[in-house]
Amino acid sequence: MRRSPKETEESASVTHRRALLMGGAMTAMFAVLGARMRYLSVDQADQFKLLAEENRISIRLIPPARGLIQDRNGKVLAGNEQNYRVVITREDAGDVDAVLAKLAHIIPLSAEDLDRTTKEMRRTSPFAPITVADRLSWDDMSKVALNAPALPGVSPEVGLSRQYPRDTDFAHVLGYVGPVSDRDLAELESPDPLLRIPKFQIGKIGVERWMEAELRGRAGTRRIEVNAVGRVMRELEREEGDPGSDVRLTIDADVQNFIQARLGDESAAAVVMDVTNGDLIAIVSSPSFDPNLFVRGISHTDYNSLMENDHRPLANKTVQGVYPPGSTFKMITALAALEAGLITVNTSVRCPGHLEFGGRRFHCWKRAGHGSVNLEKSLAESCDVYYYDIAQRVGIEKIAEMGKRFGLGIRHDLPMSAIADGIMPNRAWKQERHKQDWRIGDTINASIGQGYVLASPLQLAVMTARIATGRAVVPRLVRSIDGKEVPVAEAPDMGISEEIMRKIRSGMYAVMNGERGTATSSRIVDDALVWAGKTGTSQVRNITAAERARGVISNDQLPWNRRDHALFVGYAPYTNPRYAVSVVVEHGGGGSTAAAPIARDAILRALSDGLPPLSAYPSSQRNRIASMLEKLPLRDAEGRAPDTSRA
Amino acid sequence: MSFLEYRVKFVPTGLRKVLHLNWPLIVLVTAVSAVGWLALYSIAGGRFEPWAGRQMQVFALGMVVMMFIAFVPIWFWRNMSLLAYGVSVLLLLVVEFFGTMGMGAQRWIEVGGMRLQPSELMKVTLVMMLAAYYDWLDVKKTSRLFWVLIPVVLTAIPTVLVLMQPNLGTALILLMIGGTVMLLAGVSWWYFAVVISAVVSVIWAVMASRGTDWQLLHDYQFRRIDTFLDPTSDPLGAGYNIIQAQIALGSGGWNGKGFMQGTQSRLNFLPEKHTDFIFTTLGEEFGFVGVLSLLVLYALILVFCYVSAMQNKDRFSLLLILGIAANFFFYLAINLAMVMGLAPVVGIPLPFLSYGGSAMLVLLLAFGLIQSAHVHRPR
Repeated sequence: MRRSPKETEESASVTHRRALLMGGAMTAMFAVLGARMRYLSVDQADQFKLLAEENRISIRLIPPARGLIQDRNGKVLAGNEQNYRVVITREDAGDVDAVLAKLAHIIPLSAEDLDRTTKEMRRTSPFAPITVADRLSWDDMSKVALNAPALPGVSPEVGLSRQYPRDTDFAHVLGYVGPVSDRDLAELESPDPLLRIPKFQIGKIGVERWMEAELRGRAGTRRIEVNAVGRVMRELEREEGDPGSDVRLTIDADVQNFIQARLGDESAAAVVMDVTNGDLIAIVSSPSFDPNLFVRGISHTDYNSLMENDHRPLANKTVQGVYPPGSTFKMITALAALEAGLITVNTSVRCPGHLEFGGRRFHCWKRAGHGSVNLEKSLAESCDVYYYDIAQRVGIEKIAEMGKRFGLGIRHDLPMSAIADGIMPNRAWKQERHKQDWRIGDTINASIGQGYVLASPLQLAVMTARIATGRAVVPRLVRSIDGKEVPVAEAPDMGISEEIMRKIRSGMYAVMNGERGTATSSRIVDDALVWAGKTGTSQVRNITAAERARGVISNDQLPWNRRDHALFVGYAPYTNPRYAVSVVVEHGGGGSTAAAPIARDAILRALSDGLPPLSAYPSSQRNRIASMLEKLPLRDAEGRAPDTSRA
Repeated sequence: MSFLEYRVKFVPTGLRKVLHLNWPLIVLVTAVSAVGWLALYSIAGGRFEPWAGRQMQVFALGMVVMMFIAFVPIWFWRNMSLLAYGVSVLLLLVVEFFGTMGMGAQRWIEVGGMRLQPSELMKVTLVMMLAAYYDWLDVKKTSRLFWVLIPVVLTAIPTVLVLMQPNLGTALILLMIGGTVMLLAGVSWWYFAVVISAVVSVIWAVMASRGTDWQLLHDYQFRRIDTFLDPTSDPLGAGYNIIQAQIALGSGGWNGKGFMQGTQSRLNFLPEKHTDFIFTTLGEEFGFVGVLSLLVLYALILVFCYVSAMQNKDRFSLLLILGIAANFFFYLAINLAMVMGLAPVVGIPLPFLSYGGSAMLVLLLAFGLIQSAHVHRPR
């Protein structure tokens, strides 16, 4: 077909025109694209760069090593041990069940372990390692490493976990660590991000808990590059954290161990305190438990047996247990009366064996009575009637005030859990607590540390230290943190005349060394170490008139939990006091027989470098003491427990 | 003037045709493709496997095809137009019934281990068909209703077939190609005005019906339209790709993060990074400067196509070259607008860069036709 050239020219020019128009549109589009690109990668570049970094960089925390807890000489009480574990990565393992089955042939794996592993695996991403077994022995670890080629995706790892080398000795003081619970998190306002690390352990009770801030340390950070599905590609940057501070306690591990062994299976508590600066040399509660069980996750049977034990091994009786102080309280009553000027050191009271008051008869422990009793004799022979008498003159308010000055009914702040206030009752207290008026009978009971008065062994030790020094010694448990000594302020004077104090002390001296002292059998004969103390026997039941008429049943014939508590407080040396001690043996019977011998052994152990020197004991007792000491299951120098199978 | 009036003796023959090829265009196409190999090499983490090497092989094959087509006189291809169009439509039908599903749509057929996407081929054969139609049609009849309806039908047939796959992006491009060739051929503006206003009214009516008693679509369909138009409203679903793509482009800054240093692509934050979103890798690694350079290369390709077209006095060749150039531009403009967040996400590859055999082969085939038209232009 033919067309005229003109037509073609015309049609070509139309096409050219429109093509140029289209070219213009294209140019405009290019301009738009260029402008948009400029907006994205020039104007908004910084924001997008940030977003890209946020995409790829993830920050992980490196848990710091927990600070050590040491005794006063640097012996490790709580350390970190290497913990071998086996982890599995689903992605690398392929057939997980087959690999786990193979693994179970090599190392012991419980059905529970396997079940937990497969459950956890279903929840997490395929490249996240999951712990299959924890706390493996080195042998098992080597077996896994050796069989690595047959176990795809399985790898051995090393971590740190808390370990208490002197397990039972320090269970109550140190407490233990455990995984962070939701309740722990809820208690904190802005929790350390470390706490969100799975299985991160924090102090649950005891020093571990109350010194948590010092012990935990600061987390390090790891900046890692992750891909779109969260797999770690590489580590970009690593900033190591600071390990926790090492905390050095005032406790002497060897003294602690000695006393723990000495208390044996008794349900008892003992506190040894340095009267010069308040350092707690030993705080022992018996029976004890192994805190390592809690770190590993205690089994139900173990836990139940601890809970069901009537000797309450979980309770820290030194600070948590409160007992009627019994006769150990008599110094306070005497001090109150002396300071008020209502009696003098020579005031004497006649003791017929009981005191009639308001139709009630208050008995002295000695039914025949003590005859004429002055202050020194009242302490030495522990005459109750003397105190019934003077207490009526002084009144409860002054006694309570004196008790508080000596640290009774007052919470001593230590980094330990469940520290009890005790009770130092007065009128207001009874009104508030029991909605009843105070009666003179209550004062009479309180005068010999019975009735409402309750004190913990720690409070009794503090009281004794204050009597021994005349200064308001404050107990302390932490000696230094990271090598920096915790300063001790010199204890202020109690403000009680030295003459009065001296008289009280000589009364306590007579308890141990007087002719008719209640605890002469527990005296120390070494001239340099001679000591003073006070026994106490506190009733846990009321003795009815009928019972008394039948004759008081001796403690041995009562069921254990109805027997009297045995108490003893003392300090040594008498002339130049160094240590104060308090011992409570729950349902132990008489203070002089059950508590005083323990207190003597404890304080002699604190005063000497090794075992108590036999020369300090009366010669007639040395053989018995020697064989008793020999049988004590003490730890060796490294803190290892004795082989019990041999004993 | 049609090719029948060519003074054929002035057309180069034999190997001398090599000298008359449009060499700048070949160099530019190779350069853009090389940028693509670089990007694919980087995305694969510095390896030719699995993409860059294969893409280079396809390019080599495509160059052979291009040269072959370039050496065959353009009037032969003109005569082949109807056949090529027919075969393409047939292949689309085959795909419709026997094709393999991919990305939720029937897109390709397996031919001897090669995946063939007839919709790609269709874009070129449609241009050929329409160019041949207007070359044949008396210019005076161009704007008459009957003669306008024929190219409309010719465009509609493949568009509907592609839409049924469903492949919205390609269908849209086919529609735009058809329109463009008709516009260039001189069809009256009125037709375009009427069609465009009709489409706009329908869209307006549909959108306006939302929430009224006479709502034309279901609520979920409206919601789909919403996410389609604004993917950022669904940052973890439909919006994820586009947000990550913009982060990649933006974080490149002026100079980019450096070759093989793109974190977004290397760490898999970018979706489809070797195909539709390959541009984002370039933006991330070479920055604004790199991206602008690539845009200049693309613009130059279009410029040389235009220059070649304007020199050509053959109506078929003129419409063919401009049609292919427009096709090329639509590809690239839609893809870039999409990855830059200016347009909704539709599956359109970036020409010469995105990994994919069919697209590359068809593009080189199309440029072979441009070369043939250039070599055999009337002088």
